[in-house]
Amino acid sequence: MPTPFLSIHALTKRFGSVTAVDGVSLDVPQGDLLALLGPSGSGKTTALRLLAGFETPDQGRILVDGAEVTGLAPAARRFGMVFQHYALFPHLDVGGNVGFGLESRRLPAAERARRIREALELVELGGLERRPVGALSGGQQQRVALARALAPEPRVLLLDEPLSNLDPGLRERTRRELRALIHRIGITTILVTHEQEEAFDLADHVALLQAGRLMQVGTPEELYGMPENRFVAGFIGRASVVPVTVASLEGSVARVRMAGTTTTWDVAYPAGSGSTAARGAGGLAKEGETTGLLLYVRPEAVRLVEPSDEVLSGAVVERRYLGGAALYTVRVAEPGSNGPGGPAFIEVLGEPAAARVGDRVGVVPRTAGAGLHLFPADEA
Amino acid sequence: MTRSRRRELVALLLVLMLAWLVVYPLGIVLSEAVRGPAGWTLEAVRRFAREGNEWGALRGSLVLSVASVLGAGLLGVPLGVLTARVSFPGRRVVAMLLGLPAVLPPLVGVIAFLFLYGETGFVSRLVQYLLGLPESPWRLDGGFAVLLVHVATMYVYFYLFTRASLAGLDPSLTEAAASLGASRWRTFRRVTLPLLRPALAGASLLVFMTSLASFSAPYVFGGSFRVMTTQITATKLNGDNPLAMVETAALLVLALGALALFRRTEGVAVAVGARKGLAPAPVRVKSGAARLGAAGLGWGLALLLTLPLATLVLVSFVPRGSWTTEALPPVYTLGNYRALLADPVRLKPILTSFWMASAAMAAAIGLAVAVALLVRRRVRVSGALEGLLGLPWAVPGTVFAIALATTFSVHAPAMGRFVLVGTVWILPLAYLVRNLPIVGRSVLAGFRQLDPALEEAAASLGAKKGRVLRRITLPLVKPALAAGAALAFVTGFGDFVTSIMLYTYDTRPVSIEILASLRQADLGQAAAFGVVLMVLSSAVFFLAGEERGPGG
Repeated sequence: MPTPFLSIHALTKRFGSVTAVDGVSLDVPQGDLLALLGPSGSGKTTALRLLAGFETPDQGRILVDGAEVTGLAPAARRFGMVFQHYALFPHLDVGGNVGFGLESRRLPAAERARRIREALELVELGGLERRPVGALSGGQQQRVALARALAPEPRVLLLDEPLSNLDPGLRERTRRELRALIHRIGITTILVTHEQEEAFDLADHVALLQAGRLMQVGTPEELYGMPENRFVAGFIGRASVVPVTVASLEGSVARVRMAGTTTTWDVAYPAGSGSTAARGAGGLAKEGETTGLLLYVRPEAVRLVEPSDEVLSGAVVERRYLGGAALYTVRVAEPGSNGPGGPAFIEVLGEPAAARVGDRVGVVPRTAGAGLHLFPADEA
Repeated sequence: MTRSRRRELVALLLVLMLAWLVVYPLGIVLSEAVRGPAGWTLEAVRRFAREGNEWGALRGSLVLSVASVLGAGLLGVPLGVLTARVSFPGRRVVAMLLGLPAVLPPLVGVIAFLFLYGETGFVSRLVQYLLGLPESPWRLDGGFAVLLVHVATMYVYFYLFTRASLAGLDPSLTEAAASLGASRWRTFRRVTLPLLRPALAGASLLVFMTSLASFSAPYVFGGSFRVMTTQITATKLNGDNPLAMVETAALLVLALGALALFRRTEGVAVAVGARKGLAPAPVRVKSGAARLGAAGLGWGLALLLTLPLATLVLVSFVPRGSWTTEALPPVYTLGNYRALLADPVRLKPILTSFWMASAAMAAAIGLAVAVALLVRRRVRVSGALEGLLGLPWAVPGTVFAIALATTFSVHAPAMGRFVLVGTVWILPLAYLVRNLPIVGRSVLAGFRQLDPALEEAAASLGAKKGRVLRRITLPLVKPALAAGAALAFVTGFGDFVTSIMLYTYDTRPVSIEILASLRQADLGQAAAFGVVLMVLSSAVFFLAGEERGPGG
């Protein structure tokens, strides 16, 4: 990444005995759109409120353009924020809302009116200055909230689940418009969302949080293609989890055997990347064979073949039709058959007519390594 | 950190100030009850315990309060259900008429009742005339008369709570019951009524406490029937200060005990308010007879219950001495109202009540907003602040009047005691204390409903604290402030219970003037004062909207 514009150093916030944000560090370059992604309770909203200044961190620092803002009041930070429920002032009209952030600037009335008009035109709501905010649709309210945040020309834009209040059809269109607008302005933006699709669609970089800790930060491609730990592999995209043991290691390829079967698959791991996957494999190299490993399998990384003794085989227990394709769930190991104590399932993306429920099928990787991720089972 | 420490300090000072206003005078009464000129003594307590009269008054208060709850409930709940759930012609007008007593000062309701059903009231004169009796057919006197007045004015709490609760009820609940095969009556009994329970418990508590503190009705109609409030006043007027202290302490303990008991058994939150929701459409009554019956019942009761107010208006046009033996007054003029405006002696009480109620209201709003702001920032003493603000709610007005009279008739600045009795400040102070819970409830609720994100949004847009408060917070809680202010003003403007203990000739409020006019048999003038109270109260009230707390 280029030189950071917004820097977060070891930010920590506790509420009583709960650590909501736990030593999170992030660097965001100028003009970047970073999504804070995570399940509810992961600390992403707290992190955003720490950035906005509504909460004071217990430890850590926040810097903008090299200057510390950690102790500054929200009013002094020049950050614009769009709230989850928009927080439009119900007693002010659209123009009053959008102009609110300009009031303390002592601008001439004409200048202020111009800035309000421009901000509204930016979100394609020009001419609605005198409309009461209660008379707006959800999508319009969202855009007024955005115009209000942008009108004072903030240094950083903070978006708290900005699309969660819109119905699904509108959400997709608004998302497109939002992305276009943010890129046009080129403002450094932090977006909080719990929806992976939204983060992937909007963001240049995604920071995945879990229980207050930063799990991984990177481009959407990096998070999906090179998850650094089990949590990332499981949270981002679909993955089946199969217990495996390592039979042999050659270079950066591990040969793993599915628990409860005799089949082996070759799994590449990113040697020397520093990821836990690599560390897990590094441990393997010393011991020769390691048990207690989990293989994460993306549905598109495997395909259905004719069942045989040479390939991993099992019965299709569920088929979900997705339109152009279907998602098959194959039971690849039976309980008690020297396996992990329960059946193992693998989801396979295939042709819509490739199999029916109850058919016996074989499952093989498409290309060695891609979409298969190996992690130690005891890792958090 | 210093900012939050300064906030904690301000909060602590506010706690001390409220405690000085609210708790300290009560403590002084409790200690005076067991003190004589020669130090600690139980002499007055022993006298209290020996006197049959005292026990009678205590019993009278309790029985009257329980009976008022039952009577008001039996009248108010059906009226609430009728006007909320059954459609009949004029339903909205009836619903509004029935809510009227909620905005009237208790004394106005009492004299209106007097003019209609009293010994020389319209109804008794009519009966006397029709039957050719030599004298009035009844005397509106004693415990039953007081109960009648209570039921006829306090049903409104059950009525309003029932309506509000029905309005907030999710209609799908009753629809679900109906789709499960329950009849309308079974649905009401098994679904609606249990869901109304919290509201009914809240109304019961309100009526009980109001009735326990009630002074106007027992004072005017009680006769030989004594309750604690009138007993205290009589003892005080007799100059038996130590005994008055014991009586006051006894009433205080009774009120707090009743509140605690209610809370324990019913788990009632004191702040039972109207919840907004989509009200189910009223049931369309198909049968013509039933429709007529519903309309007749609604209109009949509405008229019966609002007739005293109409009487009050009528009497206010009757010149003094013109109405002697006739069934209806023979002469009507505007003389009484002209006198109010033209005679400075008559106008003065109205102006006095106006400024005293306004000052008390403004102070109460200021204190309540300060508490609300601090509670929102979660200061450590938040619980104490809210508790102190709410405490006077449970304390009968008579108790506070005695407590303030005792505390502020001594000059001991080191002890926080000043001579205020006999000055113009004692009544506004008393009104202020009585306003605190009314305003506090409204203001705290208003602040609680305020989405903190709105203030955060303003702050993130560069607004400093003062501007956030001025431009966002206050405008948004304005409806709650207005409602609280209206209630406070009406309570102070119509106050009788504390005024009768604390007024001086220079600070005679309207209620005392009404009483004086009645004593001089100037019914028209008393009624004119009453109408002024009624009109001003309802005007202020309807300008601001919403419910009210218990009166004296």
